[in-house]
Amino acid sequence: MELAVAEQLENTQKEQPILQVKNLKKYYKISRPFSRQVSYVKAVDDVSFNLYEKKTLGLVGESGCGKSTTGKTIMRLQEPTAGEAYYKGKDLFALKGKELKQMHREIQMIFQDPHSSLNPKKRIGDAVMEPMHIHKIGSSKSERMERALDLLLKVGIRPDQFYRFPHEFSGGQRQRIGLARALAVNPKVIVCDEPVSALDVSIQSQVINLLEEIQESFNLSYLFISHDLSVVRHISDEVAVMYLGHIVELAPTDELFANPLHPYTKALLSAIPIPDPKVKRERIVIKGDVPSPLNPPSGCVFHTRCPFATERCKVEKPILKEAASKHTVACHLYDE
Amino acid sequence: MEVKYATDAQLQSIQGKRQMRQEGLRLFWRRLLANKMALYGGLIVLSLCLFVLIAPLLTKYTPLEIDPANRLQPPSSDHWFGTDNFGRDIFTRVVYGGRVSLIVGFASALLTGFIGMVVGLLSAYYRVLDHILMRICDGLLAFPDILLAIAITAVLGPNPVNVIIAITIVKVPAMARIVRSAALVVREQTYIEAIKAQGASAFRIIWGHIAPNVLSPFFVQVTYVFAAAIILEAGLSFLGAGVPAPEPSWGNILYDGKIVIFTAWWMTVFPGIFIVLSVLGLNMLGDGLRDLLDPHTNKAIK
Repeated sequence: MELAVAEQLENTQKEQPILQVKNLKKYYKISRPFSRQVSYVKAVDDVSFNLYEKKTLGLVGESGCGKSTTGKTIMRLQEPTAGEAYYKGKDLFALKGKELKQMHREIQMIFQDPHSSLNPKKRIGDAVMEPMHIHKIGSSKSERMERALDLLLKVGIRPDQFYRFPHEFSGGQRQRIGLARALAVNPKVIVCDEPVSALDVSIQSQVINLLEEIQESFNLSYLFISHDLSVVRHISDEVAVMYLGHIVELAPTDELFANPLHPYTKALLSAIPIPDPKVKRERIVIKGDVPSPLNPPSGCVFHTRCPFATERCKVEKPILKEAASKHTVACHLYDE
Repeated sequence: MEVKYATDAQLQSIQGKRQMRQEGLRLFWRRLLANKMALYGGLIVLSLCLFVLIAPLLTKYTPLEIDPANRLQPPSSDHWFGTDNFGRDIFTRVVYGGRVSLIVGFASALLTGFIGMVVGLLSAYYRVLDHILMRICDGLLAFPDILLAIAITAVLGPNPVNVIIAITIVKVPAMARIVRSAALVVREQTYIEAIKAQGASAFRIIWGHIAPNVLSPFFVQVTYVFAAAIILEAGLSFLGAGVPAPEPSWGNILYDGKIVIFTAWWMTVFPGIFIVLSVLGLNMLGDGLRDLLDPHTNKAIK
């Protein structure tokens, strides 16, 4: 049993990642009127990760830590400040025109807010058919319609609802329509930007299960952005924890939840409620607020709130290092 | 409601479409009937249009036919609205003049709407173009409407086509501004981001996704431009810079009547009533449309 897992890990290690992000940076320029001084909001600062085929990488962190910006930059909805991203060896940030369009066929996205992610003036059938039209998939309108109906049925939308408008659907249904729209071009990677955080808990599980089923049948890789640890734990193969634009810890899901290393991850995990009032545990509460990304702390970005911070943390920036097998963490505590 | 999927899915979707169409139409009628402003405004405009359309059937005179023997006759059974200082039948001139006024108004509204839509959408989408186009609009907005319109017709020459051009130039900046401000809001919506993520071209994003979502303020503004164009045309014709003399329009009937306003009130009152009626009708329609197209003030659900 142990051996099999190890072997599997070995295999994934050898496998070429389908999406590789290296040192991605996204700074927003802030310039005040009547002042020469220009400052930058470092929304994403030096983020690197690999996403493997048919796997799910969870990206967690509190709001404002740059998870969504990372996703949008990979989709080229925002232009990166620096860094590289490779999809099957192709540099995503160098693409232009036709190639960029082609890229959108391979990598798709689903959005957080199901109420604003569908055009209110467009029938849902047309919304699902549109990407096929853009990428000239299917030779005739009826062929596209057939496919759209098929996709909608797969996500649980009845054919007689094909010509309905988005406002006639519930949040969960709309999120599923958004998924069908993303699937229309037969992508290989889907960036899920908090796909369930706007939904009811009961609907969340529905959509999560659907996402898993779809991943299985369409051979998809997900970059799953969320702030909900339990959702991420359920769906992800690997989890990256982000804090203030940095990835502080990256590990296979089970490993991360069983043996968190970074003090921030420990604090996050200890905040997950346990549905048993008798269980007592030590709660790690971190003090203060997230520092402003406009003026991030020197050294380790977490040192202002870290209970174990030393002098070294204030000066030297920790880099992601492998602390255990496949388990990388950016913290001086684990330096030998 | 249980639906069986086994049969042809397309057939089912078409059934769903038909059913939805019927529901949508019924809801639209209910909302229209509940919205008294739009209803009565629309009725006034519609009946005015009908009135000028069947004008030749209503009168036995022609608008240019002079009858010096019957000059300045007060309203009678023969001449419903009286006659003018050349003995021309005022009623005939008002209905035929209505054709000119309404056509000029409608054409100006259409042209203004089209150009305003294009300018507004492009400047909302392209930052650089925005600066250029909006500065031109600012320049045009700095002149009073009527002065600018007179200047343009003075250069181009007074005839109905040039009046339409003048009104359009005067009214486009405000139209473009309204479309632009609505489009700026739409541009930031997630569904625009979503369609970008699908690899859509700028053309598709602008015309397929932003344009349909700015239609409600657009239609409201178009009806207002229609009303304003009627007033502007009347003003230009009254000042002699609009539709040239023998041809009737509501504006130049007023002009002819100005000299004899104390002896022949009917020459100014009747075309005046028609101007007021059409502008009132259009403004009511515009107000009503604004409520009708805005889902937040849905009065049918009472």
